[in-house]
Amino acid sequence: MSNSFHGAVEFRNVRKEFGKFTAIPALSLDIKPGELVTLLGPSGCGKTTTLRMLAGLESPTAGQILIGGQDVTRLPADRRDVSMVFQSYALFPHMTVVQNVAYGLEAGGMTAKKSHAAAEDALALVGLKGLGQRLPAELSGGQQQRVAVARALVLEPQVLLLDEPLSNLDARLRRHVRTEIRELQQRLGFTAVYVTHDQEEALAVSDRIVVMKDGHVEQIGTPRDLYEAPASEFIADFIGEANVVDAQVISVKDDQAEVDLGGVILSLPARDAKIGPVRVSLRANAMRVRQSTENTSGVAGVIATSAYLGDHVEYEIDGPLGRIFAVDDESDTPLPEGTAVRLDLRLRGIALIPAGAK
Amino acid sequence: MKDNRRLDLILAAGIFALIALPWYRVRSGFFSFDWLTDIISSDNLWPGLVQALTGRLQLWPVIILLGATLYLRVTQPPEQRGKALSWIGALGLVWMSIEGLSIGLRGWNWGQLQTMFGDVAGQPAFGAGAVVIGVVFALLIAFGQAERGALKGDAFVIGAITLLVLLVATFVFYPLASMFIGAFQDFDGSFTSEGVLSNIVDPKIWSLSCLIGGNCGVAWRTFFLAICTATGSTLLGLCFALVATRTGFRFKKSLRLLTVLPIITPPFVVGLALTMMLGRSGMVTHWIEALTGWELGRWLYGLTGIWIAQMLSFTPIAFLVLIGVVEGISPSMEEASQTLRSDRWRTFKKVSLPLMAPGLANAFLIGFIESMADFGNPLVLGGSGGVLSTEIFFAVVGAQNDPSRAAVLATVLLIFTLSAFLLQRFWLSGKNFATVTGKGDGGRHAQLPKRVGWPVTAIVIFWGAFTLCVYTMVLFGGFVKLWGLDHTLTFDHYIRAFGITWDGGMNMVGVAWDSFWTTLKIALIAAPLTAAVGLLTAWLIVRQNFPGRSVFEFALMMSFAIPGTVIGISYIMAFNLPPLQMTGTAVILIACFVFRNMPVGVRGGVAAMAQLDASLDEASLTLGASSARTMRKVILPLMKPAILAALVYSFVRAITSISAVIFLVSSKYNMATAYIVGLVENGEYGVAIAYSSVLIFVMIAVIGSFQLLVGERRIRRQASPQFAHDKEKIV
Repeated sequence: MSNSFHGAVEFRNVRKEFGKFTAIPALSLDIKPGELVTLLGPSGCGKTTTLRMLAGLESPTAGQILIGGQDVTRLPADRRDVSMVFQSYALFPHMTVVQNVAYGLEAGGMTAKKSHAAAEDALALVGLKGLGQRLPAELSGGQQQRVAVARALVLEPQVLLLDEPLSNLDARLRRHVRTEIRELQQRLGFTAVYVTHDQEEALAVSDRIVVMKDGHVEQIGTPRDLYEAPASEFIADFIGEANVVDAQVISVKDDQAEVDLGGVILSLPARDAKIGPVRVSLRANAMRVRQSTENTSGVAGVIATSAYLGDHVEYEIDGPLGRIFAVDDESDTPLPEGTAVRLDLRLRGIALIPAGAK
Repeated sequence: MKDNRRLDLILAAGIFALIALPWYRVRSGFFSFDWLTDIISSDNLWPGLVQALTGRLQLWPVIILLGATLYLRVTQPPEQRGKALSWIGALGLVWMSIEGLSIGLRGWNWGQLQTMFGDVAGQPAFGAGAVVIGVVFALLIAFGQAERGALKGDAFVIGAITLLVLLVATFVFYPLASMFIGAFQDFDGSFTSEGVLSNIVDPKIWSLSCLIGGNCGVAWRTFFLAICTATGSTLLGLCFALVATRTGFRFKKSLRLLTVLPIITPPFVVGLALTMMLGRSGMVTHWIEALTGWELGRWLYGLTGIWIAQMLSFTPIAFLVLIGVVEGISPSMEEASQTLRSDRWRTFKKVSLPLMAPGLANAFLIGFIESMADFGNPLVLGGSGGVLSTEIFFAVVGAQNDPSRAAVLATVLLIFTLSAFLLQRFWLSGKNFATVTGKGDGGRHAQLPKRVGWPVTAIVIFWGAFTLCVYTMVLFGGFVKLWGLDHTLTFDHYIRAFGITWDGGMNMVGVAWDSFWTTLKIALIAAPLTAAVGLLTAWLIVRQNFPGRSVFEFALMMSFAIPGTVIGISYIMAFNLPPLQMTGTAVILIACFVFRNMPVGVRGGVAAMAQLDASLDEASLTLGASSARTMRKVILPLMKPAILAALVYSFVRAITSISAVIFLVSSKYNMATAYIVGLVENGEYGVAIAYSSVLIFVMIAVIGSFQLLVGERRIRRQASPQFAHDKEKIV
């Protein structure tokens, strides 16, 4: 099985309709072996449907799905070389932890003894040694989650599918478990497809992120690509809640553009922009908020709301760019509403949005 | 390859059936295996291939289709032959239906065919060979679709759906169709609308002259009775539900025991007990006549008596439905009302009651359907003025022997109950306010305001006491020599029914033993089948998204609204002659029980399944377990309580039901209820009552041990009204 395709996933023009509703019009996607790819998007964007089609739990209306170079479009779920970690974990409540983990091995024809030994190994891998005889209900949420991962991994599937695996954990545990999953994936080198609606989670674990919206792929790229060079206003907004504001391109030269942003002239990567009006993604932390009534450098503004959040202060600021969301993590004392300020822009976190994209 | 293995398996079964099993029905019964010795010598026992070779041309298409399958199996890979396999299966089934229906025992069933094709030799009903081939064809459709990738290529699921559709078509819709056609057929099989026309306009059915002082037709009488019963039992049921949940009444717990009564009581027992209390020689009648000197006469026999008996029988059902409704109303609604300056009376009037309204309407419609379908009570108490269900019975078994009239009456009855069912389904669906949200909304239900609480409690105490009297009467009556005349205590009736002598080993000489054991045997066979079919169906409906699912579910649930009498008459009309001949056998009784009680299993299963997260199935599938394995290893173990409930319910229902059974029993397979009704008709009340009490105790024992086995299990603040009435819906 160890051909060069082992672990590769390909969607070829996959279409999925539910009755009259088209969930996914035409999806093409390539996932390389050993890669952790996240499907990210708001609810209803088709990411879970995509994952379920890959698992064989939904069948596409048209198109092809390939796993490891083999066409599996017509193959039922139980005969695909993938396994899945469910949002609810879906641990069988009437079986012990070991029985849960050994379940898939036994379905594949392994003897009870062998499969239990393998299950114990898998449990040790996720740090649950010695808990095998418990029932799922006797474990904490985080432990249950790890059982679910062990149960899926023990089959050594070509592709591991994770459907919002962290959404039932509390915030603190979430950070910890996502690091564990990422570490395990890199250590064992399996391909993983990860569905989430949490952009921070996606940025943290992924090799590449596929942002989806209304069944379309909006952008595919590394976390840095998406954050620093969003391909559309939607991406800019969805990944890290950027401000999207109007600006003017004054000149373009050698792929650098001179841009007038609220009266401040900046030099940004052109990204095929032409002279004239343009939209710009402006991260909330890409500016420094400075109290000033003078007409000096930076963009002018007046604080509309301010909220103190411990390690940073969040502002909404009215000015020539419209209402802007800004984060100040340097000063301790929040400025009161109505204060006149200047916004000093930093180049990191500001990007032109390519024309034509919405 | 898995795809080939399953196809090979059914092909082998098909070929085996074609060359080794008798194609036609074996008179002495297939499972006696007498036919093994005569299969060569007797031409009726020859298998399909031999029948075809000896001149039965109608079997050639079957053989050709199987041959074509074999050819496809060898020459084509799975993905390419799927469509063709499905077509072969469908054609095979269609052809078998056509040839089976058109060639009867004495040749062509219809004159036109004879003039077109000339004479043909008659053929008996389908036997083992034909049935196996039919199943093989059905599975060919399924496997073909699986190979094409339908329903994610899951052969188990598609196979189960196909077989279920085939079974439901055969045992629910084919009989109904036969009944409608039967209405238009003369004895010799020729079509005539004479019987239908004369019956449809018959004033005995449709007259409304009671409005001006005469006698109304039976259809209207049944309708009025059903309205009265539904109203009465709903109101009483509401009283019981309110007292049980919203008062400080001391015997609240024992009230709930009442809900078990209709499940364990054979349907005519209440009527019988009423006769013993209030009938012409009834105990209470005697007292009143002695005290006052009035002549009370026969007032009980007729609609009044049936009405009282039905209210006694169905109030517990309404109670059960309404407990769910009353409990299902979120207490926070009432608490909100109270914090909004409303006292308890205003809260009850403005919030609680309106929230219960859809539930009340539901209970009303259930009561209506129950009353319409009730056969036992009218049979005992009807006297001269019967209702539709008894009229149907007498139209076939009595001196009238008018199948066309029975069919017309059955159709009328069916239209009434189906309308009520459709109302319940479409008008009430989505109008239920009482739902389990799963979110913990704490709080306590408000107590009833005093001005409601007292009268309601009084009504409950009165009716509860009355019910208690009736049941005491049932137990007591079995020990009295001759009711109304000689009240000396005696064991005679029990001895006559269940006597055992010991000369030369144990002899069960009691008259009841025969039917008793038959009943137990058939109930024991039917119960697991009912549970299996019901839960499998529930699983398909809840978990599998196949085209036509809602139609499938609707058709199944609709079969619930078909009164037993209608089922009985339609089974006789469908299964008395080839191609499917089953009357007089145990199979017809089992089939009747399975398909009559299955909807309950389905509802119970759906409710239980709804509490199992779908991701459990999916997890099992993605871990490489097939659907069948998932079912066995994950679903079934988790559904154990639902399975046991379905088992017990179908067992008990098989023992207590009468309406359909009474048409289907034979001298060889007589059922307890039918036998008791026979005793009543002969005036042997003592033995009948003794036998009934024994049945009631057997069922209490069964349900009791079931309760011990499963234990009291309450899931959250469960009782959504749907769920509550799932388990105990009774027709």
